[in-house]
Amino acid sequence: MQSRENDLSQPLERLSADERLKASSDQLRGTIARSLLDPLSGSVPETDTKLMKFHGIYQQDDRDLRDERRRQKLEPAYQFMIRVRLPGGVCSAAQWLKLDELARAYGGDSLRLTTRQTFQFHWVLKHNLKATMQGLHEALLDTIAACGDDSRGVMCSVNPQLSALHAAVYDLARRASDHAIPRMRAYHEIWYGEQRVASSEPEEPFYGRTYMPRKFKIGFAIAPVNDIDVYAQDLGFIAIAGQDGALQGFNVAIGGGMGRTDQAPATYPRLADVIGFVAPEAVIAVCDAVMGVQRDFGDRKDRARARFKYTIDDHGLDAVRADIERRLGFALQPPRPFRFDSNGDALGWQTGANGRHHVTLFIQNGRLVNQPGQPLLDGLRAIAGAHEGSFRLTPNQNLVIADITDAQRPRIEQLLREYGLDNSQAGSALRLNSMACVALPTCGLAMAESERYLPALVDKIEELLRHHGLEQEPITIRMSGCPNGCSRPYIAEIGLTGRAPGKYNLYLGGGFHGQRLNRMVLENAGEAAILQTLDTTLGHYARERQAGEHFGDFVVRAGYVEPVLAGRDFNLRRPAPAGTAA
Amino acid sequence: MLISEFRGPGFTEVQWQYIHSLATSLDARQLMWASGFLAGAELLRSGETATATAVALPPAAAAPQAAPAAQRRLTVLYASETGNSAALAATLAGQAAAQGLQAATHDLADYKTRNLASEQDVLIVTSTYGEGDPPQPAVGFFEFIEGRKAPRLPDLRFAVLALGDSTYEHFCEAGKRLDRRFEELGATRLQPRIDCDVDYEDPAQQWAGQLLAALGPGAAAAPAASQPGPAASAAPAPAAARHDKRNPYRATVLDNLVLTGRGSSKETRHIELSLAGAGLAYEPGDALGIMPANDPALVQDVLDELGLAAEAPVSLQGEFLPLAKALNERVEITAITPRFLEHWGTLAQAPTLQQLALPDQAEARADFARHHHIVDVLRQFPAKGLAAQDVLAALRPLQPRLYSIASSPSATPGEAHLTVSVVRFDLHGRARTGVASGHLADRAAPDAVLPVYIQPNPHFRLPADDVPIIMIGAGTGVAPYRAFLQEREARGAAGRSWLFFGERNFRSDFLYQTEWQGLLKDGVLTRMDVAFSRDRHAAGDGKAYVQHRLQEQARDVYAWLQEGAHVYVCGDANRLAPDVHHTLAGLVAAQGGLSPDAADDYLRRLQSENRYQRDVY
Repeated sequence: MQSRENDLSQPLERLSADERLKASSDQLRGTIARSLLDPLSGSVPETDTKLMKFHGIYQQDDRDLRDERRRQKLEPAYQFMIRVRLPGGVCSAAQWLKLDELARAYGGDSLRLTTRQTFQFHWVLKHNLKATMQGLHEALLDTIAACGDDSRGVMCSVNPQLSALHAAVYDLARRASDHAIPRMRAYHEIWYGEQRVASSEPEEPFYGRTYMPRKFKIGFAIAPVNDIDVYAQDLGFIAIAGQDGALQGFNVAIGGGMGRTDQAPATYPRLADVIGFVAPEAVIAVCDAVMGVQRDFGDRKDRARARFKYTIDDHGLDAVRADIERRLGFALQPPRPFRFDSNGDALGWQTGANGRHHVTLFIQNGRLVNQPGQPLLDGLRAIAGAHEGSFRLTPNQNLVIADITDAQRPRIEQLLREYGLDNSQAGSALRLNSMACVALPTCGLAMAESERYLPALVDKIEELLRHHGLEQEPITIRMSGCPNGCSRPYIAEIGLTGRAPGKYNLYLGGGFHGQRLNRMVLENAGEAAILQTLDTTLGHYARERQAGEHFGDFVVRAGYVEPVLAGRDFNLRRPAPAGTAA
Repeated sequence: MLISEFRGPGFTEVQWQYIHSLATSLDARQLMWASGFLAGAELLRSGETATATAVALPPAAAAPQAAPAAQRRLTVLYASETGNSAALAATLAGQAAAQGLQAATHDLADYKTRNLASEQDVLIVTSTYGEGDPPQPAVGFFEFIEGRKAPRLPDLRFAVLALGDSTYEHFCEAGKRLDRRFEELGATRLQPRIDCDVDYEDPAQQWAGQLLAALGPGAAAAPAASQPGPAASAAPAPAAARHDKRNPYRATVLDNLVLTGRGSSKETRHIELSLAGAGLAYEPGDALGIMPANDPALVQDVLDELGLAAEAPVSLQGEFLPLAKALNERVEITAITPRFLEHWGTLAQAPTLQQLALPDQAEARADFARHHHIVDVLRQFPAKGLAAQDVLAALRPLQPRLYSIASSPSATPGEAHLTVSVVRFDLHGRARTGVASGHLADRAAPDAVLPVYIQPNPHFRLPADDVPIIMIGAGTGVAPYRAFLQEREARGAAGRSWLFFGERNFRSDFLYQTEWQGLLKDGVLTRMDVAFSRDRHAAGDGKAYVQHRLQEQARDVYAWLQEGAHVYVCGDANRLAPDVHHTLAGLVAAQGGLSPDAADDYLRRLQSENRYQRDVY
């Protein structure tokens, strides 16, 4: 390993302020307990907001009201987002009912399915936080490390058909999550009111006092569906099955990540590299080894470059792989062949190998609310009340009602009809492959609308698709309100990231199943310019595509963008050929 | 020249006498010179120990222009969203210090805008956000500086360093706005503005280096430093004719905003009035009398019901005026009075009304009055062929309304602020408003004019600066405490303060929330407890009012009282005042081990010592 002047080997005072905060937080206790009791503010101090992320809680405020309330001499309309830890996106019907109850009591009658297969509550007021957390506890759910510099929620392909393989991989995903989260007692003391127990043992044997340099994302993919976008994970496991369909082991991929900063060329999205193959028994050890490398060598001076992807590019993939193998005590086997063909969801009814039925519902941007004509929240509560199987949240913010028996299926079908949920597949193939982050008004990072705007933009793109006869062509489109990329926009065929109200960067040329980054073609552009560029390229695609050719591949072949072959090349700007995107 | 009867901060009796005798013996020009000299004395003194040049300064050179010759103060102000401006400001301040310049650095987020006019050299660093907007924390400062209340800045010198991102349409716009505005306000530009892109470090350093070199101790005095002599006309304008209840001052509305947030069950307003040049002096605790006018729509309704012309001439207190004007400005036309019932009962030949006017019908009359305004009576008991003058005889003169002033003249000279709860309700299917609160809410936009006067309230006064105070208020009862704390902040008063505040809902009704938060942060307000009666918490507490918070803090409240604290109660006379009194008596008995009678004596003694003051309504 090369220079270590930015990592954990340095004295704390030479690292970033966030590192000092973590170190002095008394293992994530901070002053949270006291701040929750302060009756003069609906917020907590900034240091506590940072620590609360490790507890799965983000302080936010209604940005639509910020100016109005400031003039009224009122503090911002503070509220909290709570993100549940839900490995692999699987929850029981009983858990669903509890989540629904909490959303109605404290979460503004809304639940959100996230791009990492979990639930988010929004609009929770400070004085209702404890009750919400305790309610989750009753349903055997927690929010540990759902945010923060730690191992975030572990993803797992939904794959309903391959029942046995899914069960085996999901089991590992859940164990990996349970293993990799912080051991902090602060969570139990603050939210459940448990007593602090004196101990001479260190509270965090793996994380220590400063945890990870930045968030760390783990995911398990089951080919041929790359729904979890395994190349966007810090640590990805690609399940390899034998001829008999049984799990043989995993290809290991490292160093994926989406986040970047506008106007900062040293930051960029990066796709993970496949570095080898391991047996299922080695998965937990691989998590420890890979996270250990990042914990020890990750950049702790500059948070914008603290993700694992930069550690790899700074030290070199070979050196990182060697250190992983040294920690493991054995060499990785050569990667085994696999094939992905999409990163989307198969909507509608399917039947698994075990004869159980699954129905995947399209949920626009993952937002579960009661809307006129489509009472999503009510409908799913009714289904949860009748359902004997489980639910699976997909990485595309859709929902699978899983493990339905022959006998149960008519009842579920009837409820779907009753609540208007059986036509959730209406819309173009592009709409069904669309994804947006939350953004305004709650997310503090957003610079432009996302969830509230994408459906309207897709309406207009659908007109173009109709005109060019492309309505049935699956094209991935993803929008984020800021460059951090929660909706994984940089691996969409059409990517959009917010710059200012009504202004977006437009990216084209991502791989259809997440295998290639896209490239920026418009910077800081308004809707008209975006639609014009899409009209040109989609029209050209409709006329000259080859059989089976995806839109992202076409714009590369036609020369609209040069392919991005490595993350560090993402920011290179080459002049576009004349007469194309400007 | 008014010499305060209070000794200034930290002066000994002897020092104070020197100052006092000097102040009374000098003429206006001498006073002006002396104030500059004294202001510069500290800098001169610190300069003597710091630099050889200052020590070597011959006294003769210092004599005529002592104050201007001293080093000008440099202030670095910054507006930051992501921390770049803040970091840069800190760097610049360090750079200045390295060159021997004393520089104070302030975040515009909590910069005291009233200090701006007395700054000397100001270096501003700001980034731009969104559509040419300032960073969110500095929006308040921008509103102030770009607003009508911004002071003239003829003695200020400034320079702007703007940070931006040139891929945006409104590149560096926030910096451009400040640069423009400071010039408009009469300030002198030290150096042309620099607009920095995302790679700002080098250009910013270079620009600042140039600027600081010009300001440095070795630099030649900049042209703006040579100030014109004090203007002879600086003496205050002669006091205008005295304004009082009979001769109210026509005050201009400066601002009028709703304090209560969305979803509130109330409408509480903050109204700022200009008293500049009115010669109206007031003290914290005083009230402002407002002569409201009736709603013109209601006047029209009344005229319609009467079947009389708006221009019909009437005589009022020896003055002739049109009926509409009299109904609008001179008489009460909402609540009914016995006099009205009696008169109208006669005019409309309605025995029911005459009956209600009888002295023994008070209860029935009150009940009737709750459900009928004058216009409802006119509608239900019509009378035709009336003379305008006869109608007027049934109505009593319109009375001014008093509002506790929510500002201190020390903090906002020439202004009075009010906190007004707007009365709105429906009666017989029509929307009604309180006379004065409706006027203030619906017809007192900025630039409107209101007749006002000062109503002194000598029994609601701050004690000496070092005495602790406990302030208890609900709803708009918090208004005078805003004045108290502004005053204490302006005076640099050292005494502790404790505010108990109650309203309905935390999220929408926490009146002046961010101001209290700021005062707590700055230590002007020592403690604050709140009770929001209509909040339903997951914890499931019952309805909480201020007296419950008082009870919870009984031990500390009693300790403060024993340490000489003054107690103030402001708000509702029927509920709050008796409930608080009862709670105080209870806690004094419990904490002091006193019998109920002895506890009552304790409170009576506080009252007689003016340590327990109430302003209830």
